[in-house]
Amino acid sequence: MRIIPAEDVTRAVAEAAVDINYHLGPEMVEAIERARADEPSPVARDVLGQVLENARIAAEGTFPLCQDTGLMVAFVELGEQARVEGGLNAAVTEGVRRGTEEGYLRRTVCDPFSRENSGDNTPAVIHVDLVPGDGLAIDLLAKGGGSENMSRVAMLTPAAGLDGVVELAVETAGAGGVNACPPLLLGVGVGGDLEMAAKLAKKTLARPIGRPADDERLAGLEAEILERVNELGIGPAGLGGRTTALAVHAAALPCHIASLPVAVVLQCHAHRHRRIEL
Amino acid sequence: MTAPRTISLTTPLSPDAVADLEAGDRVLLSGVVYAARDTAHKRLIDLLERGEEPPIPLDGQAIYYAGPSPARPGQVIGSAGPTTSGRMDPYTPALLAAGVRATIGKGRRSPEVRRAIAEHNAVYLGVIGGVAALVARSVVACEVVAFDELGPEAIRRLEFDRLPAFVINDAHGRDLYEEATAREIA
Repeated sequence: MRIIPAEDVTRAVAEAAVDINYHLGPEMVEAIERARADEPSPVARDVLGQVLENARIAAEGTFPLCQDTGLMVAFVELGEQARVEGGLNAAVTEGVRRGTEEGYLRRTVCDPFSRENSGDNTPAVIHVDLVPGDGLAIDLLAKGGGSENMSRVAMLTPAAGLDGVVELAVETAGAGGVNACPPLLLGVGVGGDLEMAAKLAKKTLARPIGRPADDERLAGLEAEILERVNELGIGPAGLGGRTTALAVHAAALPCHIASLPVAVVLQCHAHRHRRIEL
Repeated sequence: MTAPRTISLTTPLSPDAVADLEAGDRVLLSGVVYAARDTAHKRLIDLLERGEEPPIPLDGQAIYYAGPSPARPGQVIGSAGPTTSGRMDPYTPALLAAGVRATIGKGRRSPEVRRAIAEHNAVYLGVIGGVAALVARSVVACEVVAFDELGPEAIRRLEFDRLPAFVINDAHGRDLYEEATAREIA
């Protein structure tokens, strides 16, 4: 059994929470630069130029990319031969608290009814999967509320099929795209059950931007949704243009013979993710 | 498609200045605005409904839907981009009726809000969502003026120097989001 000190986890989470809020990943920067070069509309080019300028200013380390520094979501893969001394959840939670303090992140978490702020961005959303081996990996996302609010889960019927999945994704982007801070990433989760579809969809956001799924059917689904979403004409900041989405990531699992669960997670252009490996 | 015209505006906005704006105009906004979001709106409306004095002036003023991140030492403000305006739709017609002349945020407004904007000769300005570090550079002053206990949701009095924005809903009933999308797919 490998023992991982809680402090190692806490320190890594705190550093990542700060880092992702100030440094837009190189893949996102490249995707936005490519989109800008392809945009015929001067307004869309202006918007994408401001998005890139914003990333440059944030990287100086004073101002986060977005004032909504996000709800921290941790997808943890814990080796069955590893244990975090002091407790995994406590270590991740303390990392979020410390990162919030050190990085001047906004206090963005509140009670759902009284709306009283928790004051330190805890609790984070923590998903744990046990995996073979003695490693520990955490995909940390800082998820903005504007794009999250426009996301959807639906229980389609088996008859709806692949076309139904495409329609739901395009409808979701069409209805909520303007509010979700485009250009967007779309995470599409198909199968499992209600909550598994949502988890699958969100976890696809941790993938390298725009890399097609290994499964051919999913890769085809991703390409079709991306093309259809970019025909909506919403464009950067909703002011019109070709670039409503930069990429679509899809994942699937087997499901009940009666069901076709589908989740569509919208992600804004301030895509904040880092994978921690300990 | 030609580039939009750019208009410099200073708050408080005169009725004539607002009437002259058209959906699609690019605006550089200077002067005082009040930053308020979900919970602050609920409290403002509760006060108005009880006939009590709100903690900020409303007549002729501009409200910016934003909850900034904390300022670092020596800085005026943290990142300060717009939040989604639609969540404030249930409160907006009453605030426009109380004299608010401009709202500033990101995303679509409800048909009720769009009608109220036209009815009261008001305007809705859109700031690009997620360019919060860039927006912070346009903020020259920031002070919490009400509901301090709400943290990021407190009402702040901000002073902008040339905040870049677009006219989304003008006083004549036009909507830039609808027009821009329709133009693109035409």
